[in-house]
Amino acid sequence: MTELNMLEAINESLHAEMERDDRVVVLGEDVARTGGVFRATEGLFEKFGERRVVDTPLSEGAIVGASVGLAVAGLVPVAELQFLGFAYQAMHQIAGQVARLRYRTQSRFESAITIRAPFGGGVRTPELHSDSLEGQLANVPGLKIVVPATAADAKGLLASSIRDPDPVMFLEPLRGYRGIRGDVPDGEHLVPLGSARTARPGDDVVVIAWSHQVELACRASDHLAEEGLAVRVLDLRSLVPLDLTAIAEAVDSCGRVVVAEESPQTGGFGGEVVATVVEESFWSLEAPVVRVSGFDVPYPVGMVEDRYIPDEDRIAAAVRRVLDVA
Amino acid sequence: MARPTDEQRREMLVDMVTARVQSQRTWNLQRQGQVGTMAPIEGHEATVVGAVHALDPGHDWVLPQYREPIALRRYGPEILEHVMLYNIGHPAGGHIPAPIRVLPYQISLATQIPHAVGLAWGLTLQDDPGVVLVFFGDGSSSEGDFYEAGNLAGVLGAPVIFLCVNNQWAISTPVHRQTAAESFAAKAAAFGFPGVQVDGNDVDAVYDAVQTARERALAGQGPTLIEAVVYRLGPHTTADDPTRYVPAEEIEAAQGRDPVLRLCAELEEAGLWDDAVQAEVEAAALTALDAAFEAAKSTPLATDAMLDHCYTEDTQRLARQRAGLLAGAGHSGVGPDGVVGSHA
Repeated sequence: MTELNMLEAINESLHAEMERDDRVVVLGEDVARTGGVFRATEGLFEKFGERRVVDTPLSEGAIVGASVGLAVAGLVPVAELQFLGFAYQAMHQIAGQVARLRYRTQSRFESAITIRAPFGGGVRTPELHSDSLEGQLANVPGLKIVVPATAADAKGLLASSIRDPDPVMFLEPLRGYRGIRGDVPDGEHLVPLGSARTARPGDDVVVIAWSHQVELACRASDHLAEEGLAVRVLDLRSLVPLDLTAIAEAVDSCGRVVVAEESPQTGGFGGEVVATVVEESFWSLEAPVVRVSGFDVPYPVGMVEDRYIPDEDRIAAAVRRVLDVA
Repeated sequence: MARPTDEQRREMLVDMVTARVQSQRTWNLQRQGQVGTMAPIEGHEATVVGAVHALDPGHDWVLPQYREPIALRRYGPEILEHVMLYNIGHPAGGHIPAPIRVLPYQISLATQIPHAVGLAWGLTLQDDPGVVLVFFGDGSSSEGDFYEAGNLAGVLGAPVIFLCVNNQWAISTPVHRQTAAESFAAKAAAFGFPGVQVDGNDVDAVYDAVQTARERALAGQGPTLIEAVVYRLGPHTTADDPTRYVPAEEIEAAQGRDPVLRLCAELEEAGLWDDAVQAEVEAAALTALDAAFEAAKSTPLATDAMLDHCYTEDTQRLARQRAGLLAGAGHSGVGPDGVVGSHA
């Protein structure tokens, strides 16, 4: 074990996967010579050279579109979008092409593409640098949506994503890059996609979350523990595939459910989680499910973003709300 | 100038005539309700056939839009099987078997252009001595993907040939409403590689332009944009009525430049073609098409085939949806007996 922040864990995983499989190529804006604007790809260019680590022109559509061609050629592209909000400029390729390559060619070609992008707010970025688009992406069949919350998972899930023959949107919490640290297993470390993790045990209430909201839910759980409440935190780790078994198990044990997410509420993935809870575990519910989320407005500017993003107090308030029901 | 041999020209005319009559019969099948919407080939035969005859099917890739596949006979009889499966709406229509270096129909305009650049780039990374030829139309040249892919191709020096089939119309939009540039070929200047305009009704000129572009690409000199100027002699698709917008005198003039009739006349003059050969080629084309149509119709289709090939393995959720579909329920609810889709 070595203590790393998420960025270091991601960087270590990229190094290991490029070492392991020479079909892996890294492409994106500023990923080579400067090692990425956050340094996620640091050292790759020096180690693996200009054929495998490529600075592209500033064009998300071409980065993702070219990745489809690279996959057809039998390579394993790992593309970086500098911020997930910029994925809008590649959405026609992500949703219309990357996600469908296997389906429309009936498995003649694998879409073994990983698209990495930081997302989420809290660091006072300009417009469209903080948006949470995972709900939009989860509505695209063919994509897998991976949302790590810890440094160890960032390493293990990224390795699994790169090795996965299906396309993965690997969404990295911007605030967690340096803000989340933890012990990371040395050497090969794989975390399977579609397997949720219990981040905090407890049987009174379960908070279902992903990405940076897991960290906040854990803090809320720790505070509430001082009041004698046992709040379980379920970290989904991937939205597609979704671990239905783990959700049902948590809801059956706790009976009271809070779903926390950073995206706008309407159409957010949290709604999908609530629907799953109702479909699978209706008879275990002891109170209506409560959602904590961003608001149905565009991601706001710096002075107000702290009110927009659910924090541990809002999550704790939601926990109290579901406990209010006798 | 790289001029095709007499034998190549004869082979090209066989492919052109074949594509035309097969396209016409497919049109009729659509009118009978037996196949879905299709885009007829008339007017594009010399461009598509001339281009692919300048390629090496063993090494070079073709990325079509949606009008070209019927004219890709050079890449193997499997192409026609794929075309008919696609036309009847069978999922297998998208699976052109390996090792044929052709991608399936692309309906989303221009999206295949960055794919072509990535594929060409990938070939160089794998030291695979092939080039990629990508077809798209004058309308597609207005999409961001064209510019983004052209720019990337220029920067990478990728072995790719951009073939813009300028057939004067994007459904009802004429070229002067598509661009204010002096030509589509001129747009290559922005990418830093050559752009050439050829008469797309002249199969020899297309062959030569593609051959030259291919040699440049293989020599590591990068991409070429070729604009093949043709005229769309038919409607955009079976869902279009061009009498609403194509001037009658314009289509009449274009019919006088018909690429198939032109090559027919040239080969007849050279003693390489006659009515008997024409009849034989047409009959063979229709026999092949009918056989492909019948084979397509009898290709098995499982109840849950539409759920295959989305993921390598079904997700837990998709597996339940599949179970619900197969149970005949059409929903994923679990019955009291614990069975998905059950009403028990």
